[in-house]
Amino acid sequence: MDMPVNDYIFLSLALFCIGVMGVLIRRNAIIIFMCIEIMLNAVNLMLVAFSKFHHNASAQIFVFFIMVVAAAEVSVGLAIIVMVYRHSHTVDVGLMNRLKH
Amino acid sequence: MVQYVWLVLLLPLLGFLVTGIWRNRLSKTAIAMTGCGTVLGSFLVSCVLFFQALAPGFRSTQVHLFNFISVGTLQIPFDFQVDQLTLVFLLIITGVGFLIHLYSASYMRTDAGYGRYFSYLNLFVFSMLLLVLGANYVILFIGWEGVGLCSYLLIGFWYDRNDFNQAAKKAFIMNRIGDLGFLIGLFLMISRFSSVSFGEVFAQASALGTHSGVLVAITLLLLVGAVGKSAQIPLYTWLPDAMAGPTPVSALIHAATMVTAGIYMIARSHVLYSLAPATLNVVALIGLATAILAASIALKQYDIKKVLAYSTVSQLGFMFLGLGVGAYGAAVFHVMTHAFFKALLFLGAGSVIHALGGEQDIRRMGGLRRKLPVTYWTFLVACLAISGIPPFSGFFSKDAILAAAYREQPLLYYVGLAGALMTAFYMFRLFFITFHGDFRGTEESARHLHESPPAMTIPLVLLALLSFLGGWVGIPSSLGGKDLLGNFLAPVFRGGPAIPMPVAGGNTDLVLMIVAAALSIAVVFWTRSLYRQYKAETTPGRGLVRWLEHKWYVDELYDFLFTRPLPRLSNWLERHVESPVIDGAVNGMGRMVQWGSRKIRLIQSGQVGLYIFGMVAGAIILFLIAFFLI
Repeated sequence: MDMPVNDYIFLSLALFCIGVMGVLIRRNAIIIFMCIEIMLNAVNLMLVAFSKFHHNASAQIFVFFIMVVAAAEVSVGLAIIVMVYRHSHTVDVGLMNRLKH
Repeated sequence: MVQYVWLVLLLPLLGFLVTGIWRNRLSKTAIAMTGCGTVLGSFLVSCVLFFQALAPGFRSTQVHLFNFISVGTLQIPFDFQVDQLTLVFLLIITGVGFLIHLYSASYMRTDAGYGRYFSYLNLFVFSMLLLVLGANYVILFIGWEGVGLCSYLLIGFWYDRNDFNQAAKKAFIMNRIGDLGFLIGLFLMISRFSSVSFGEVFAQASALGTHSGVLVAITLLLLVGAVGKSAQIPLYTWLPDAMAGPTPVSALIHAATMVTAGIYMIARSHVLYSLAPATLNVVALIGLATAILAASIALKQYDIKKVLAYSTVSQLGFMFLGLGVGAYGAAVFHVMTHAFFKALLFLGAGSVIHALGGEQDIRRMGGLRRKLPVTYWTFLVACLAISGIPPFSGFFSKDAILAAAYREQPLLYYVGLAGALMTAFYMFRLFFITFHGDFRGTEESARHLHESPPAMTIPLVLLALLSFLGGWVGIPSSLGGKDLLGNFLAPVFRGGPAIPMPVAGGNTDLVLMIVAAALSIAVVFWTRSLYRQYKAETTPGRGLVRWLEHKWYVDELYDFLFTRPLPRLSNWLERHVESPVIDGAVNGMGRMVQWGSRKIRLIQSGQVGLYIFGMVAGAIILFLIAFFLI
C-alpha cells in the first residue's frame, strides 16, 4: 500500500522538468501559463508526499496557500493575456518584445 | 612643589595664546610685558625647583598629568620627569630665553609683526620646555616637532622676502629628514620594548646587554634625529641659513633652544648609547668632523651672523664629541656655557647690526669700539669665553670635553684642539675686524652710529657676567675646584653601564689644560697682529681660501646631488609612471565599465524565452554548485 517516497520525488521532478521545458520551448502564452501551473503542482505534489513521509501536516497548509495564490495569479495572468490579445491579436511571446526599449 | 612643574609650561603657553590672539589689539608695551613676564615666571618657578633639588635627598620625580595614548598594551602617559638634567636645561632655556625676550622687546620695537613675533617666541620656549620635561620619547617628540615648527615660523618671520622663506623651508625640510630617523627609531622602540617611557626603556635595554643589534639600530636612528636638530654633518646646512630670521631669534635658536635638543636627547638616552659603543663612536666622529669643518668655514666668512652660525655648528660638534666619548656631564656643561656666550655673541651682533641700520658685512664695519662701548666689552667677554681663555666659562667646559676625549683616544684630543684653536682665530678675526681699525662704512651710516638702548644692553651685561662666571660651577678637581655641576648631574648619569675610562692622573689633565690655554692665547695675539688694522680685501681668494669662502661648496654639492635631480626624477615619474600607470589604471577602470556595459546591453533582447532560459540556467548552475562544491 505504501509507495516509497522516491517515486513521488521522481514523478514530481519529471513534472517540474516538463513544465520548465514547456516554458522554455513553447511560444504560446497560454501554453506557457499552463506549464507554470504544472511546475506549481509538481511542487505541491512534493510537499504532500513529504508531509505524508514525515507525518507532519504543516506542508499541506503550504499546499493550500500555493493553490490559492495560483488561482489568484491565473485570473490576473489570463486577464493580461486577453488584453494583450485584444491589443495585438496574438499570444505569441516571441512578438511581445515591446518593453525592450 | 615639584607637582607644580606644569606651571613652567603653562606660562609660556598662556603668553603664546594671549600675544597671538590679541596681537592686533594689545599695545606693544602690553605684548612685551606678557611675552617677557611669562618667561620670567617660568624662570622663577624653575629656580624654586632647582633650589629644592639642591637639598639632599632629592630624587628624580615623575609628575603624572593624564593618559595621552592608550592602545592595546601600549600606554603613553602625559608625564613630566623632573631630575637634575631637566632642571639644568630648564634654567638655561628660561633664563637665557628671558634675556633674549627682554632684548627683543626693544630690538623689534619698530616691527609691524610685534605680537606675532612674541607669540612665536613664547611658543618656541614652550616647545623646548615640553621637550626637556617629557618623561617619555613621545612627549619629547612633541616638543621636538614644536621647536622645528617654531624655527620655521621665526626664520621665515619676514615672509615677504622670498629668500627668507627659502631659508625657513630649508630648515624645516632638513629637520624633517632627521625627524624621520627619530620617528623610525621610536617605532622600533615601541615594537621592541612596547614602551616609550625613559625608565622602562632603559631598564629593558639594560637587560639586552651591550652590543645588541637592535640597540645600535635604535640609537643610530635617534642619532639621525639629533644630527638634524643639532645641525651636524650631513644635515648642518640649514643652521647658517637660519640667519634669515631676526637676530634675537638666531640667539634663541643657537643658544638656548632648538640646537641643544639633540644634545639633550642623547644625554637623556645615555643608557642606550652607553650600551651601543658603536653608535657612540659614530657620535664622536660626526661631532669631531663637524667641529673641524664648520670651524674651517667660519675662518673666511664675511657676514657677522654667518661666522657666528658656523661657530655654533662647530661648538655643537664639540658637544657631540663630548657625548661620543661618554662625557655626558661635560657635554651638558658646554651646552650651558655655550648658551651664555653664544646668546651674548648673537645679541651683541644684533646690537652692531642695529647700530649700522641692518648692515651685516664685517668688511663695511670697523672701529666700532668707541661708538658701542658696552657692546664692545661684552662681545670681548664672549669671544674670550668661546675661545677657551681661562678663567672664562668656555675654557672649563671645552676643556672638560677635550680632557675626556684625550682619555678615550689622544688623536681625538689633538684634532679637537685644532678645532678649538680655529675657534679662537675666527672669533678674534671677527672681533678685530668689527670693532678695531677704521670705520669702513658709508658716511651716512657713520653718522647714525649709536649705542643700543638699555633694554638691549642690560641683557648683554648680564650675559657677559654669566659668560665670565658660568664656568666656575664646573672647575675640575685638577684645578682645585669641586666640579659642582658634574656632581649635581652625577645621579642622572650614574644609571646604565659605566664607560671604562683609563684614569688619567691629575697632572695629565693639568698639562693638557695649560697647553690648550697657552695655544689659544697665542692664537688670539697672532690674530690681533693680523687683523687689528684690517683693510677690506677686494680680490676673491684663491685655492683653499676660495673653498673656504664658498663653504667647501657643500650647498652646491647638495644642490647638485639632491635639489636638482629631485625635480628631474619627479618629472620623469610624472611622465612615465603617473600618467600611464596610475592615471591609466583609474581611467581604464572607467573605460572598461563603459565598454562592458555596451556589450552586456545586447543581451537584453526583449525575448522573454531568453530571459527565462537564463534564469533556469542560473538556477541549475547554483544547484550544481550547492550540490557538488559545498
